[in-house]
Amino acid sequence: MPTSILKTSRFRIAFGSWLISWTALQFFILTKLGLASEVALYDSIISNFLLAGAAIVVAMSLQFYLPESNKYSYLLGLCIVLAIIWVSISRAMIVLLVQEGEEYSSFFSQSILIRGATGFLSIGCMALINVLWYTLQDQLETDKRKVEADRLSKEAELNNLRQQLQPHFLFNSLNSINALIGSQPQKARTMIEQLSDFLRGTLKKEQKEWTSLEEELQHLGLYLAIEKVRFGHRLSATISNEAAGAQLPVMLLQPIVENAIKFGLYDTTYDITIAIEAKKKDSYLIVQVTNPFDPETSLPGKGTGFGLSSVQRRLYLLFARQDLLQTTTNENVFTTTIKIPQP
Amino acid sequence: MKAIIIDDEPLARSIIKEYLQAFPQVHIIAECGDGFEGIKSIMQHKPDVIFLDIQMPKINGFEMLELVEEPPAVIFATAFDEYAIKAFETHAIDYLLKPFSQERFGKAVEKFLAQSTNQQKHVTQSLVQSVTLMPSQSERIVVKTGGKIKIIMLPQILYLEAADDYVKIYTAEGAFLKNKTMGFYEQSLPASSFVRTHRSYIVNVQEITRIDPYEKEAHLAILKSGVKLPVSKAGYAKLKTALGL
Repeated sequence: MPTSILKTSRFRIAFGSWLISWTALQFFILTKLGLASEVALYDSIISNFLLAGAAIVVAMSLQFYLPESNKYSYLLGLCIVLAIIWVSISRAMIVLLVQEGEEYSSFFSQSILIRGATGFLSIGCMALINVLWYTLQDQLETDKRKVEADRLSKEAELNNLRQQLQPHFLFNSLNSINALIGSQPQKARTMIEQLSDFLRGTLKKEQKEWTSLEEELQHLGLYLAIEKVRFGHRLSATISNEAAGAQLPVMLLQPIVENAIKFGLYDTTYDITIAIEAKKKDSYLIVQVTNPFDPETSLPGKGTGFGLSSVQRRLYLLFARQDLLQTTTNENVFTTTIKIPQP
Repeated sequence: MKAIIIDDEPLARSIIKEYLQAFPQVHIIAECGDGFEGIKSIMQHKPDVIFLDIQMPKINGFEMLELVEEPPAVIFATAFDEYAIKAFETHAIDYLLKPFSQERFGKAVEKFLAQSTNQQKHVTQSLVQSVTLMPSQSERIVVKTGGKIKIIMLPQILYLEAADDYVKIYTAEGAFLKNKTMGFYEQSLPASSFVRTHRSYIVNVQEITRIDPYEKEAHLAILKSGVKLPVSKAGYAKLKTALGL
């Protein structure tokens, strides 16, 4: 909710001075017209403070309900009703307070039109100020949101790009190719082809699309093949697919396998196996990725940063469920299980 | 000239070997696939220079250097590591970005050969003393105990105590010495959980069960293990901020 104009100090000062000078002016006019000063004092104070009250009521009601542009009949009605109520209440109160009630009452009746008109104008003025104020606030808020949204989307885009390119992986792969060119040019050629296919696959895919499990597994196969060249005999990978024909959102498994590589391969010193198993159960595609890890030095799943939390987030955005990604640790084996509802 | 290559990728080691053929005066006496092997090999062979990768399993290149008593001259080779590169730039240390050319590699080796032995060692030491920028080093401390290397994750630390030129790191499994300064740890450990409560102590605030007044303006922090540590006036103020009091 935007801040109320009533909370700004500039408005408060203006409002206060308006109230005092209006009261003084009315007192002066009434005494000039021959009213006893005590009666004039009651009259000017009560009617103007009540009018101030009515103005605040208008301001507050506009804080909660701002009429759409060009629908100001509601506002007009509100001002007329408040003006009438204001006139009636101030009359009743002053008549009660002054001694010669009868006489004053007839004086009030004579001036009722001008009182009503002043009240209506004052309340209307207040209403207009508030409408302008809130419209301006809305505008500022919208601009701010837009700037913020732009900034966020740019940041996400950049992050996404950086994530996709994986500079560490890319440069190390190029370094391996550089080494192979001298000793085993044929193998260097194969790796360049694999790396190109992998990068093309990464870049062409839109986040929203669905793809077949076969295509996704083939893409992961390329990734694992490149890592195998980099790390030689240390890495062995198995991919089993018992869910032919299943569908899944594009690039959903990639961060999971990257995570498995990060803890299973980059942070261990022995020979390791990374296994990817896909099967169907009920109306779900279930993919399980297992990798070893060292429980003493790493806590996968906790503090994995971008990797798994981004998968969790994507699953939530796609299916509005938090239970589709699960991780378990058993001694030094880390298992990530993902369930994908089939369309 | 004796050289050791330390890199976890076999092909990355082979390209260095290949390029080094242009320098017959440099002999490769060992190749290591991780930091643990690297330390052993350095102790055993006392090389003049090592070619060192940064990102390696368990302990990275910097952590490995910290554990070597007299680190030799180092030529770093890394693929992409913003933190490391920043550190090299501040210390004017030459480094190779993978993949590097034969020419670029040759320049780095020639530069090393042109330096005196003292110069070479000095550069490495000043780097090891001050590198705190690696994010991995804010999660763990690597120490050597007996002949073994121990990785202490930060939550396992109870407190740190000054001990002459060393810092004694206390964990449930015992105390370990590390040749760093208290000032270094005061700066590099996360301030939300580690507080310098005294000139000689840095405490893991998660371990504190009670703080009792003790003499004039001093206090005593009582840890879960029952250990009592002095808290100075300034330390008490810092502790209060860290605990949100």
